[in-house]
Order: sequence, then structure tokens, then C-alpha cells
Amino acid sequence: MINHLLRQPLPNIPTTSELDVIRHFTRLSQKNFSIETNFYPLGSCTMKYNPRSAKAIASLPGYFHLHPLTDSADMQGHLENYFELQNMIAELTGMSAVSLTPMAGAQGEFAGVAMISAYHRDRHDFDRTEMLIPDAAHGTNPASARMCGFTVKEIPTCTKTGDIDLDALQKAVGPKTAGIMLTNPSTFGVFEREIKKIAEIIHQAGGLLYYDGANLNAILGRVRPGDMGFDVMHLNCHKTFATPHGGGGPGSGPVAAGARLKEYLPTPMVGKNNDGYFWLTQKECPKSIGRLSCFMGNAGVLLRAHIYLRLLGKSGAKRVSQFATLNANYLMKQLEKIGYTAAFPKRRASHEFIITAKPLTQKTGVTALDIAKRLLDFGIYAPTIYFPLLIPECLLIEPTETESKKTLDRFVEVMKIIYNEAHTDAAKLKGAPYTTPVGRLDEVKAARELDVRGVTDE
Amino acid sequence: MSDTPRDLHYTESHEWVRIENDDTVLVGVTDHAQHQLGDLVFVELPDMHLTLEKGDEMSVVESVKTAADVYSPISGTVIEINNQLSEQPDLINQDPYGRGWICRIKPDNLEELDELLDADNYEKIISEEH
Amino acid sequence: MPFIPHTENDIADMLAAIGVSKIDDLFDEIRSEIPVATLNHMPEGMCESDMTRLLTERMPDFKWGSCFIGAGSYEHFIPAAVWDIVTRGEFYTAYTPYQPEASQGTLEVIYEYQSMMAELMAMEVSNASLYDGASAMVEAVLMALRIQKNNAHKILVPKNLHPHYRDVLKSILNYHPFELIEWDYDKKSGRVDVTQLQKINKDEFAAVIVTQPNFFGVIEETDTLTQLIHEKNALIIAVVNPIAMALLNPPGKWGNHGADIVCGEGQPLGVPMAGGGPYFGFLCCRKKDIRQLPGRIVGRTHDAQGRQGFVLTLQAREQHIRRAKATSNICTNQGLLVTAATIYMRLLGAKGLHEVAKKCLENTEKLKKLLSAVNGVKILFDAPTFHEFAIQCEKPIEDIIVAMKKNHLQAGFVLKNNYPELQNSLLVCVTETKRDKDLEKYQGILQ
Repeated sequence: MINHLLRQPLPNIPTTSELDVIRHFTRLSQKNFSIETNFYPLGSCTMKYNPRSAKAIASLPGYFHLHPLTDSADMQGHLENYFELQNMIAELTGMSAVSLTPMAGAQGEFAGVAMISAYHRDRHDFDRTEMLIPDAAHGTNPASARMCGFTVKEIPTCTKTGDIDLDALQKAVGPKTAGIMLTNPSTFGVFEREIKKIAEIIHQAGGLLYYDGANLNAILGRVRPGDMGFDVMHLNCHKTFATPHGGGGPGSGPVAAGARLKEYLPTPMVGKNNDGYFWLTQKECPKSIGRLSCFMGNAGVLLRAHIYLRLLGKSGAKRVSQFATLNANYLMKQLEKIGYTAAFPKRRASHEFIITAKPLTQKTGVTALDIAKRLLDFGIYAPTIYFPLLIPECLLIEPTETESKKTLDRFVEVMKIIYNEAHTDAAKLKGAPYTTPVGRLDEVKAARELDVRGVTDE
Repeated sequence: MSDTPRDLHYTESHEWVRIENDDTVLVGVTDHAQHQLGDLVFVELPDMHLTLEKGDEMSVVESVKTAADVYSPISGTVIEINNQLSEQPDLINQDPYGRGWICRIKPDNLEELDELLDADNYEKIISEEH
Repeated sequence: MPFIPHTENDIADMLAAIGVSKIDDLFDEIRSEIPVATLNHMPEGMCESDMTRLLTERMPDFKWGSCFIGAGSYEHFIPAAVWDIVTRGEFYTAYTPYQPEASQGTLEVIYEYQSMMAELMAMEVSNASLYDGASAMVEAVLMALRIQKNNAHKILVPKNLHPHYRDVLKSILNYHPFELIEWDYDKKSGRVDVTQLQKINKDEFAAVIVTQPNFFGVIEETDTLTQLIHEKNALIIAVVNPIAMALLNPPGKWGNHGADIVCGEGQPLGVPMAGGGPYFGFLCCRKKDIRQLPGRIVGRTHDAQGRQGFVLTLQAREQHIRRAKATSNICTNQGLLVTAATIYMRLLGAKGLHEVAKKCLENTEKLKKLLSAVNGVKILFDAPTFHEFAIQCEKPIEDIIVAMKKNHLQAGFVLKNNYPELQNSLLVCVTETKRDKDLEKYQGILQ
């Protein structure tokens, strides 16, 4: 009946023996840097230790082989995990309700912005078409705003103080303002000191505040976005809650909302009544922005986040921000002592801070990129470079709380060597890295000649 | 130091304009622009016969690190496009004012050309950017 | 203190170096108008042993041979080598490969994945993956609208496409100015209604979604549909099951010109069901449209010494550079899952994938035959199926589910919640993980 629909010939995918597969992929893995092998001071990424116990539990058959459409009655324990995680996130963020379904930070962000849109449209406030976004914001922010049909209005940030320009903000708000998207601490790595005033300005103008949770590690257990005046936010489990980055994913981006926006949260969520735990769907949440995930979000990632938070508990959560901040401030001071220039020397570092290499570049020609590449030779993954765009030749450095003083001191030593090399042998830095499997790659050739499929050499 | 030929006109968004004898204009991006962008990997050309208002997005030039919009310096219709850029986007880097031209536009209103910058004024702008 | 390595001496030294007396001082820029969190509703921490005990007690039961639910997430056997390698720290805890010199392992794996996926779909290029099948389909629709030249803004969406995929499409595309038109299905065959397709006007639709197999497990006549759709000047977005593509004609070969954009859920390729995620979505297209392809793409190139290497390429289209004008707001690709899929595909090869697909089909046909012999059970659709099929029962479906549960079987997916016209009906999935005794047990309970 289906002969004409059968595939002829079979695809050209060779079968490889198990030993050859194991060797090939093991050798490939050894070409990677990873948290388990290297220090990763990547600003804005929170590369903290991923607990092995989380992986072990998630690999147990009852969780590993669980079908998402299993009857609720047969997975009460799994639903209890979800419910508990929802509650813990609500408590940590100062919000009323949480949806665990967005599958990554960008999707959680989309959800938050979509909820703001739904709120205004619910009130027939159709003129609120503008989303305010600081010029220092991460690129996903304007992209998400646009995906929800908003136009973006940029608000300037002062590159001297790190604070948003309040006057510019006051002038920018009006009847068209739907809301503002903010990170706090900001992408500059410093706390937005006027946040209460900002919240007042926006709320008075009839807008809402969205919090980008990328930097939550800086304040986890210390202060809460809900208490700062934010109406909705997303989190990144793969950052703050130590789930593995996996070479680019999976992530998980739960979205949390305060009283104003909680009825718009995406479905499904887990509810509890006398009979136990059950799914809250569109039926129970008629104003929800709907479903974002085919099933219930990245359950395997959420399980790992849940385990991490249960291990940490109340005191552990508070220690996260304490030690992340201690490590960052220590590093900043030590690097300044060598001769590096902090972008905001008079401000406290949050969980991360920016070094600008501009003075070094002007003196020696060595750029942030050169420093980054040379670090690889010492087995240290480069910090985030050239973000935020507003600070020239910047390195955004985030040590995280799970790194020891010894690791930090070694990083400082290496940065000192590089600083000296910049003055004595700049050419060497420009040719780095030397000890990695490949040197700097021809990215222009990659984009022009587009070789995106083929047989690899091995 | 960027090259800014005296006989051309310019926009603040770094396009150059050459007014030809037949009153059509050739448009491209300046030496300053190509330098900022770095090695170009792709050029998205405008469609033939596209009608444009002054300031409309006309083309996109893409390097490894960024993709920049090219804006139409005048209102008019696209009557010729430089197809060579599809194969060799780096012509813009090598020869931005010559073989790196992007398209030819038939202007709706020749008076709009008076609104363009001359070489001196354009140079002032790019020196202020540093 | 879990995961905090600092000793008291370390802390003292660090505070001294900074010039403060206690850690609290470092938070002095946060004004007191923002209260310090008490976290009173947060439980205290647990040691690893207590946590393991608790989480194991909460774990649902699992037995091979018990799960007959498909509906978008499929039980396939994953060889042990796959997750042993994937959970190596160097893959598991590596970052996004923005510094290619330090990420050649991940980048080369993704390149292999792109190559195999493109080959499996018979398409020219593949991206590095997206979150899941549903969001990949949304991105495919947005992409179709970008590359379509006919200015149409209607999309034809099959009713027999996964209901959750249709929900996600509505949620995310709510803010875009185009119309989703429902494409009905034939009640007898379970296939999309061809007459409805024939009636649409040329240039009326920007794109048409075609699934293979469809949500009911039914195999569609993809060549016929492709011809018709292209005659109407609409683009074809193929949403396909990757295991099925080792057996059935792949979208790149549909009709004369093949599908225009291909997407779907990659979970069947070596990714566990894991309660619903993480999975990965695949997205493939023609080389000429590659600049409109969202998500990450890995390209091959060389370094100054001529050594082969891999990099993320075409990043200028992505959110971190284009910002508001990006092709999408997506940051991630599902690196870990794609690694699993790549190892799975390499281990099995085309032959192995074909065997899995064949076994799925055989087992499904076996159960279909066994059930059609049961009184009071009807096979709903008469068209050929792959590894799922719908049955309708005389007894209330709830009773059947309860009876199956008592015997440790998950019977299938109840259809009436999403298809009220299909009362007392169940979508039953049979993959290569089932043995004859499982099928006989299933039949036995239904009788």
C-alpha cells in the first residue's frame, strides 16, 4: 500500500562500530574546554559547578523514561517536584506565581513581554505600543519585544556611573509606554541604584516592568526583583540554578509574575488541591498567553534545578549572592592592582565586573580579543568580550561563587603575565592561542564559502 | 585615514552618491564604512525596479561581526544593480567607490540631491565619531 | 557549605584585599528601601543522601513494555554508549562555542549533526537545532513568510497536525499580521482533505504545512500534495518524524521540487522522553535560503596554519548582533541533545535507523491486526500508518484506561479532548521496544 512512499535509496549515513564511535567522540570531547576541566569567568553566563547528584537522579529510569502524557495520578511525585520548584522560585524572586514551561531564557523573555502585551490589550489599552529598553541591553531584549509587536525605544545609560539616565527615562515615558525591560544588576555589572524610582516612573505612566533574570546570581537570596517593583521576570536555570550548558543548550527559562500579571502566565503549570497535584491548563487559566512548549517545558533541566535548590536550601541560596559578589569584588581589586582599568572603579562589582582594555590598546595595540585568546593558552576560558557594546575593548568577568580563592589567584597571575607580555611582546598576544587544537580561524572564509555539511577528516 | 573623494556626495549614514551625466545616481558605502564593518561576506542587493523613498532601507551589507543596513540617499527607482557583489562582496572593501558600487537609482526629484553632504562636511562627521 | 569552597582564612584575606570588613558591606549600594530577603518559605538545604532518598521516593514507576503512548514523544531504545559519552564533563559542561579554539569538540559534533540531518531529510542544509519540534515549526512559518515573494499572508495548518503544535503556533504568532486557516482531514482515511487543497486559489497562501506521518500516525500522500501546493505558488513546510524518514520518502524528494522548509521533533533520535524535555527541533532548507535560517549554524574553515577547524558562522543574522532586526530572538541551540542524536545516528547508521523504523511499522501492524479481531474495537482510519494508529471502542475509554493501568500498561492518548468528534477513541503507539508478549497482553485486556 505504501511502496511508492518508501525511501529509495537509504540515506548516506554510514554505520560506525561502537569502539570507533566511542574513540571518535571521546577524542572530540577532549578538544573542548568545560567547567569540569577549566575556569570559565564568562560574564553574564554564570558558569558555576553543575552538581553530579542532579545528573545522577535525572538519569534514573523513572525520570529518564517518563512519558510527558503519563496520567497525573501515576506521576504525583514528579508533579510534586514541579510544584515545589514553582514555589521556591516564587519565594526567591518575590513573585506570586511561576510557569516552568519556557524552554530557554529567550523564550521566558518572550513570555514576559507577551504577558505585558496581553495585560494592556485586556484593558483595551491598544495604544501602548512602545517598549523601553536600555541601550546597554542584551540583544534578545529588543528581538523579543519586536516578536511581540512592540517598537523599541532606547534609553541611554551613563557609561560613567553605570546608572540609567533618569531624565531621559522621564521624557521617554508617556501614553504609548507598554513597559520597560531591565536587568539588575545591569549588563554593566553594577546595581541599578535608582530602581525604585524607575519602577515608580514606569508604573505611574501606566507601564509594567520586566526583569531579565540573566544576572540573578548577583542578588539570589539577598534582594528580590518582586520587591524592587518588577511585575514579571524570567530566570535561566542553566545560569543561576547550575544546570549544564551542554555546549549550547538545553536551557530552561521559567517565568515568574506578580499580582498584576500572574493570570497571563503560559500553561501548563502545576496546581495542588485535596486530591493531590494536577495540571493547570487553558481551561483553568483562561487569560494565559497559551502554550509555548509542546509538553511542559524542559522537565529534565527543571528536575536538575529543583535538586540544586533542595541541596542549597534557604541558607545556601543566600550564600550564592554573598560569595559570587565576594569573588567578583576580589578579582576586580586584584586586577586593578596589576594595572588593568575597571570600567566602574568607584562602584561595587556585583557578581561580575567590566575591565576595559582601551588604555592598554592605545598604549600597546593589544585588544580585548588578544587577551581573550591568550588566556586560552593558560587553560582559562576567555571572559565575555565586546559585550556590552557601549564599553570599548571590554572584558566582562564573572567568577561565580563555586570557584576557590586559589583558582582566582591563578587567574590574576595569568592576567599579570599577559599584561607584561602586552608591553614586551605584543605580537605574541596577537598570534594567540598557540596550545589549543586550532589557532584563530578564518571566520571570513567560513561566512563567504559556507561549508556547513560534509564528511569530516577522521 | 579614510578616503573621501571630493567629487562625490555623502549621507550621514555613510552612503556615497555619484551623480552621472544622465541624471541617474550610483550609490555605495564609503571607505570609512567598509573599514568599520571589516571583511564583507555578503551583500543583500535591492530588487530591480524597487521604488524607494529617501531614507528607506535599500540593502544590507554583512561582515563576520555585523550586518548593517544601507539606506537610500534619495527617492527614486532602482534601475541597475551590481550583481558582481553576489560573488565578490569584498569588492566593497577593495574598491568602495569604484567596483564596489551597489546600485543605480533614477531619482524622482533632482532637488533632493541638494540635501546631501559634500566631502568636507562628511569628513567632519567621521572625524567627530572618533 | 555545598559548592562554596572558601575557608575562613580565604574570606578574611579577600575582604582585606578589597578593603571591607564583612561581605555585607559589598551590598552597600543597594538602598534599604529594598528589603533584604528573608526566604521564610524556602526549605532548609538537604544533604545529598537525604535528597537522593526523597527524589527516589517521588520517582514514577518504569517498566519496559508498558508505554503505548506516542503523541509527539516516542519511546525508542537508546544504546548505553550514547548517554555515557554525552554526559562526559567536556560535553556536558561546555559552554556555547563562541570561542571556537576552545570548543572544537562541540563544533565538530554539531557540523556532523548538520550533515547527517540534511542527509536524512534529503535537504541541502540544516541548522544546529532549535528548542523543540513545535518551536522549530513556528520558526519555519516565520521563515516561509520572509522568503515567500507572493505577499500572501495565509498559512494552511492541518487539523491532524499535533494539537499542541497548533497551540504553540497560535501563542507565538499572535502578534504577527497573518491568518492561520484550518485544513480539515478526511474522516475515513485520516489524511488531509485534498479537495479543500484543490479549492484554494493561486497565490492565496504563503505556505502550507504538511506532516509525515500526521498526528493520527497516518502516512500522507506527500508527492501528490507537494505537486498541488507548488501549483498554488505556496511554500511547503514539512513537519516530519525523523525515524520515519529512514523508511519513507524524505521531504527533499517530495514531488518534483521537494519541500521548501523541513522541521520536526528530533527527540526520537537518541533523546529520552524525560517527562517532556529537553528535546530538540531540527530545521532544514535550501542553500539559497540559508541566510533566512534562524538559530546557530556551524561552518568549516581553516586556521592560519591550514588546520581544519569549525566555527559558528552567519552570526550577523542572530540576536546578539542584529538585535531588533534579527531573524529570531533565539540564543540557544540544544547542544547536548544534538550530541546525543549525532552519536545515536552514527552508531545505528542508515541501516540501523531503517531497521528501527521497520520494526516500529511491523509491531504496529501486528497490534492493529490483533485489535481488529477484538469485538467492540474499531480501527478508526483506513489509510496506512507508521508507528501510531487510532482506535475507537464501544466501552467508555476511561474504563479501558483504568483496566490497562491495573495491569501496568499506559494504554494511549485519549483523543476526544482535542478532537471532540472522536469520542471514545485512543491513539496507540507501538515502537521497536515492544515484544510480542506486550502486544498480546494489550489485546488481552481489551477483550
